[in-house]
Amino acid sequence: MSDLLNLSLTDVVSKLKNKEVSSAELTEASIQAIETSDNGAFITETPELAMQMAKAADVRLAKDDIGLIEGVPIGVKDLFNTKDVRTTCGSSILGNFVPPYESTVTQNLRDQGGVFLGKLNMDEFAMGSANLNPTFGPVKNPWIGKDGKSLVPGGSSGGSAASVASNQVFGATGTDTGGSIRQPAAFCGITGLKPTYGRCSRFGIIAFASSLDQAGPMARTVADNALLLQAMASYDPKDSTSVDEPVPDYSSQLGYSIKGKKIGIPAEYVADGMSEEIHALWQQGRVWLESAGAEIVEISLPHTKYALPCYYIIAPAEASSNLSRYDGVRYGVRVDPAADSDDKLHDMYRASRAAGFGDEVQRRIMIGAYVLSAGFYDAYYNQARKVRTLIARDFENVFAAGVDAILTPTTPSAAFAIGEQPSDPVQMYLNDVFTVPTSMAGLPGISIPSGLSADGKPLGLQLIGKPFQEGNLMNIAQKVEEAAAFPYLGV
Amino acid sequence: MKIDVKKVANLARIAVPEERLETLGQELEAIVGFVEQLSEVNTDGVEPMTSVVAMTQRLREDIVTDGDKAEQILANAPDRVSDFFAVPKVVE
Amino acid sequence: MPTTILGADGVEWEIIIGMEVHAQVISNSKLFSGASTAFGSAPNHNVSLIDAAMPGMLPVLNEECVRQAVRTGLGLKAQINKYSIFDRKNYFYADLPQGYQISQLYHPIVGEGSLTIELADGSTKEIGIERLHLEQDAGKSIHDQDPDRSFIDLNRTGVALMEIVSKPDIRGPEEAAAYMSKLRTILRYLGTCDGNMQEGSMRADVNVSVRKVGEIDYRTRTETKNMNSLKFIQQAILAEAQRQITIYEDGGTVDQETRLFNPDTGLGRSMRSKEEAHDYRYFPDPDLLPLQLSDEFVSDLEANLPELPDAKQARFQRDLSLSLYDAGQLVMEREKANFFEQVVAQGVPAKPAANWVLGDYSAGLKERESEWGAGSVDAISLSGLVRLVLDDTISNRAAKDVLAEMWETGKEAELIVDEKGLRQVSDTGALEKIIDSLVSSNPDQVEKAKENPKLIGWFVGQVMKESGGKANPGLVNKLLSARLS
Ligand SMILES: [Mg+2]
Ligand SMILES: [Zn+2]
Repeated sequence: MSDLLNLSLTDVVSKLKNKEVSSAELTEASIQAIETSDNGAFITETPELAMQMAKAADVRLAKDDIGLIEGVPIGVKDLFNTKDVRTTCGSSILGNFVPPYESTVTQNLRDQGGVFLGKLNMDEFAMGSANLNPTFGPVKNPWIGKDGKSLVPGGSSGGSAASVASNQVFGATGTDTGGSIRQPAAFCGITGLKPTYGRCSRFGIIAFASSLDQAGPMARTVADNALLLQAMASYDPKDSTSVDEPVPDYSSQLGYSIKGKKIGIPAEYVADGMSEEIHALWQQGRVWLESAGAEIVEISLPHTKYALPCYYIIAPAEASSNLSRYDGVRYGVRVDPAADSDDKLHDMYRASRAAGFGDEVQRRIMIGAYVLSAGFYDAYYNQARKVRTLIARDFENVFAAGVDAILTPTTPSAAFAIGEQPSDPVQMYLNDVFTVPTSMAGLPGISIPSGLSADGKPLGLQLIGKPFQEGNLMNIAQKVEEAAAFPYLGV
Repeated sequence: MKIDVKKVANLARIAVPEERLETLGQELEAIVGFVEQLSEVNTDGVEPMTSVVAMTQRLREDIVTDGDKAEQILANAPDRVSDFFAVPKVVE
Repeated sequence: MPTTILGADGVEWEIIIGMEVHAQVISNSKLFSGASTAFGSAPNHNVSLIDAAMPGMLPVLNEECVRQAVRTGLGLKAQINKYSIFDRKNYFYADLPQGYQISQLYHPIVGEGSLTIELADGSTKEIGIERLHLEQDAGKSIHDQDPDRSFIDLNRTGVALMEIVSKPDIRGPEEAAAYMSKLRTILRYLGTCDGNMQEGSMRADVNVSVRKVGEIDYRTRTETKNMNSLKFIQQAILAEAQRQITIYEDGGTVDQETRLFNPDTGLGRSMRSKEEAHDYRYFPDPDLLPLQLSDEFVSDLEANLPELPDAKQARFQRDLSLSLYDAGQLVMEREKANFFEQVVAQGVPAKPAANWVLGDYSAGLKERESEWGAGSVDAISLSGLVRLVLDDTISNRAAKDVLAEMWETGKEAELIVDEKGLRQVSDTGALEKIIDSLVSSNPDQVEKAKENPKLIGWFVGQVMKESGGKANPGLVNKLLSARLS
């Protein structure tokens, strides 16, 4: 049975279509894999819902009335609201929240026949790169370093990455604000795509930083990502930032030659402290693409070094405001104020939010409040918005000069062992140094598992594309995938 | 850069125990110290980014399409009285 | 009422006022959600998941609210900003589910404009408009239902408001009231706000400062929040100006602060405790994009703007030769002016039409708490009545009674006149007969009246009495004057 789970999403779709396997069979296997695992990938498992959905999918499969991912077991990051299924955003403040509504992305996946196995673990409110969730437990990366220590899966979509990498589900939704799809995909040895901002609706996704948040697919292969993205993406009038562009048939855009495509190598991505093996992998990727016919060009993205500080102003500022609604009034944790409080309402807010939010979330809310506060707005927030314009302009210039995609490492290092993560928040933030610039510019970026470190941990390469050119980007990414022949777990 | 942690915590409506104030202050100051490097970027004449996609606001038709769902609105409320949310007494 | 106050030492202090008026936009649905704006529904009934700020919900802008703001801007002769941005104003309160109000601080949809107020002495004054922006209303907290808890109803949450900010051009309470009235009139003409102050559809924050007459710079101002009656606005201004003058006279300084006015005591009080914590941390709402209006969007609205009160008043004076006063009274409400124009359209000359509309008809409407055009006497019926007066079929006096009857029964004037036999006697022969008998039976009075023509009134009264009130008083006068001179 576990053999079935080792198939790629694309393969399982055709097996279902050809009635070589039923959705119920697959789903049962998936349920069992999840139940017997201690990887902590799920916050809420929904086996009954999954079986229901699987049976309904089997009925449709029998009638050949099928969606793009009909009958395929998938997981949903726990910040997509799912009707009548607890949605926590990885936070104890929403520990008991059961939404009476469905996010557009998960509705699209339902409509395309996806079978939901449950809600996947994540860093609280998508803030973090390790998925060491104090409320719902840490997620374990299925890869283990040569020293035998358990590794973090990365974050914030750590549950999604770990679940896919350990073959519990064939694909999962993630969200990426500064690297939260790409970094865990790289750490766990799978493929993850952050689409162009505006490609997937944000309606029903619990917000972290609205101008950056973007949902995307996480699955084993590039082709799996193509299929899953097509099922997730849509134009949605309920999200003012959703872009009214038709969703192409991404799968049909794969498999083309990349002869003559220009691949940019940005000088500024040679970061301090980048490990020798990451640097070597990057060189390798360059050679792979060159052998596939691409033309390699040296490029400059001069404002790269400012992307991370820029992000750590804009994201916390938006988050501090987005998270104000967690006030213990309409939903979520409420902690009563002290009996002798002379301002009971506001003391209720203070107590509830102190109890309901973890340390990192509290820090970011306070940073956000600080950079927006009277007297600091221009120096921090407005300056960050201007720098963001410059960062986006860097990419525009490069693309205008004819570059088709940009190749970089996904992360400056491989996954670290649980417990060995940097305790200094700023050191932790450096994990996102290669993924954040893309987010600031709203561009699509994909992480492809491309090799293993000397101590046996997965490493990823990132390709950055032009706006709404996900198909072309994935076509190029597939050349890296083919050349890398990554040793997926269980395959 | 010295941050008035009490003030920021109050803006954020997060209770911070007295004994945590100092370390929290150091953490926040480290982050602010990190982002401060943005001040060295020359942004003269640069427009602040208003939206990352080149788009303007869409408009919705003025029709009533929603409402009449008090039960859904109140279902997750920590404290409700009939169809009202209840909060600790507000003194005006 | 004064624009200045005389201080204790004989110094004259000028009262300087700027107003921020929150006017509820007339629309079917809310500014950013599809929930209804209807007033008086069951608690939390007109609430969408967006209004309740459920996690993951997003705002989508209502086109009609944008149109209403632009219409209002055009009505205030203001700059329409084709590019505007929505900002978040962050603060925590029980009736503010998002923890922020979506408003427009840095780039409002409407810029500078102006409005002309009329004062009691017939003079007019131009008051500058600083800006107009769109924003969300908050919900309602109910404090008197439970000893330990406040109850929250989100029905009002997210309803669109226009905040209209004046320049500090207003002097004294009378001008403040005139500004508020005129603004209300314009909004009602435009159909952008119902102007119902009792229900809170229009509320004013009043910024007050004082300075010695002749001083050039403004002194510190205070803001008295959220008043919804012209009377209270005027009382609050006077009280606040007096308070500030007393402080200055005692050598003190006025603090810039937010205040509340208590109509029961006639005094204001500081809300300073709340103010200290406020740092609204405005920033552009990342869930929304810049609002860009096309030239066509604005010009279409401009082309379909109704005639506004100032233009209408000028036209009434110019084309209908009405007095400034009558024209001003008629245009105060759009429906009143429309009603008047309907009466005129029936062929009634403007002056008597204005007299009847402003006089007995208005009184009758008020008595019946009826609205223009909605009562049992419409413009056509009133025209019928006025025509009967003008062609001497009935007397003015009788017409008043007929109107009362019309209100009661809904019958046409002519029918009532016939039923009650109220037609005036304008038959000279019949009247001469009555006069003959009066003259012959009252020789003393005749002598006196010949000496003192003022006494002719007694004869008129007698003729009217004899005729059962049906005699045409004009004709009686004429005949008597001839006979008794
Ligand atoms: Mg105000
Ligand atoms: Zn306002």
